Amino acid sequence: MKLKVIAFIAVMLCVIIVSCQSEAEQEYKRYYGSGTLVYKAKCQNCHGEKGEGLSNLIPPLTDTAYLKKNKAQLACFVKYGIKETITTINGKAYEGAMPANVDMPAIDIAEVLTYIGNSFGNKMGTITVDEVNADLEKCK
Amino acid sequence: MKKFAGLILIILAFAACKFNDADKPRLPIMGNRDAVTKTVNGKQVTDTVYQTIPDFKFVNQYGDSITQKSLKGDIYVADFFFTTCPSICPIMHRNMLTVYNEFKNVPDFKIISHTIDPKHDSVAVMKKYADKLGITGNSWWLLQGNKEQTYDLGQKNYLVAIKQDDGTPGGYVHQGWFVLVDKQKRIRGYYDGTDEKQVAKMIGDIKILRAEVNTEIAQ
Ligand code: HEC
Repeated sequence: MKLKVIAFIAVMLCVIIVSCQSEAEQEYKRYYGSGTLVYKAKCQNCHGEKGEGLSNLIPPLTDTAYLKKNKAQLACFVKYGIKETITTINGKAYEGAMPANVDMPAIDIAEVLTYIGNSFGNKMGTITVDEVNADLEKCK
Repeated sequence: MKKFAGLILIILAFAACKFNDADKPRLPIMGNRDAVTKTVNGKQVTDTVYQTIPDFKFVNQYGDSITQKSLKGDIYVADFFFTTCPSICPIMHRNMLTVYNEFKNVPDFKIISHTIDPKHDSVAVMKKYADKLGITGNSWWLLQGNKEQTYDLGQKNYLVAIKQDDGTPGGYVHQGWFVLVDKQKRIRGYYDGTDEKQVAKMIGDIKILRAEVNTEIAQ
C-alpha cells in the first residue's frame, strides 16, 4: 500500500516536471518564432540574415561574450537606439548609430532578443518580457 | 496524317534549335526613345534614337572631379543612397559589395553611388564610409555634388524616384534600384538592389554586356 502511494507520488512528480519543462520549452519556441519575424522586419536590413553585419559599418551579432556581458543593456539598445559611441565587437571598433524603436512593445523586444540571443552561435535562453520591462526601467 | 504531324514536329524542333543557337543572349535597351526621320541619299530613313545619360559633374570620395568623360569606355551601375540611411541602403550596399568583389579587377566596369543627402555626406564623410565599407581603388566611386543636379539626373535620366520627406525614417524616400548603363550611356537594365536574386541576375547581365561587341542591336 505504502509503496503504491510512493509510486503514485513519484509518477505525479515526473508528470509535473515534464509538463513544466515543456511549458518553458513552448514559451521559448513562441518567443523565438515571433522574434524571427521582428528581426526580419526591423533588424535584418542592417545586421544581415546571418547576423553578419556589414563590413566595418554595422557590427555582427555573433559576439557571444559581448552580448552576455551587456545582456541587461540590450533592451535599451533596441528601444532607444545607440548614439555614435564606439563599440568593440569581435575585436573591431564600430561607431555608427543605431536607430531607436521607441514604439516597439516590450514583448516584441523580448522576442527579438530571444531570437538573436539564440541564433548566430549565441545561446542565452529565453529573455522574457518581465526581464525586458525591468531592464527598460534602468535605461540611461 | 500521323506521319505529317511528326514531320512538322521535327521541323519545329530544328527551327527552335537553330534560332537559339544564332541568338546569343542580349539585353534590351531601356528608357525613353525617339524616332528620328532623316534623308539619306534622297531616301527617307527612320532611326531610333535611344535616351542616353547626359554629362554631369560630381566629386568622388577622393575629392576628384568626375564627369561622363571619367566613365568613357566603361559599363557602369548607378544607384542612389545616403550614408545615414537606416532602411534599405545597408541591404543595397551589402549586395553591391558582391558586385564590387566580382568585377573590381575588370578595367571596363565601374559602380557609381550618388548621395541624395550631399549636405551631410561631404567628401570626408564619403571617404570614411568607403573605408568602413572596405572599398579601395577606383572601381566604386561615391559621388557627391549639387543636390538639384543629383535629383534631376535620378528622376529625368535614370528614371528612379527620389524625394525628400521628413515623414519617412532617415528623411528621404527612394527606391533601391541598380541601373545598368552600357558604354554608349544607354540604360540596359533595372535591378532591385535589395533583392539578392536580382543582383545575381545583374552580375550575369554585366557579363553579357561586356561580351557585346556589336552595339547595333536589333529591337
Ligand atoms: C540602421 C541600421 C541598424 C538597424 C536597423 C539595427 N541596428 Fe543594431 N546596430 C547598428 C549599429 C551601427 C550598431 C553599432 C553602434 C555603435 O557603434 O555603438 C548596432 C549595434 C547593435 C548591438 C550591439 C552590438 C552588437 O553587435 O552586438 C545589438 C545587440 C544590436 N545592434 C541589435 C539590433 C536589433 C535587435 C535590431 C532590430 C530591432 C537592430 N540592432 C537594428 C545598426 C542597426
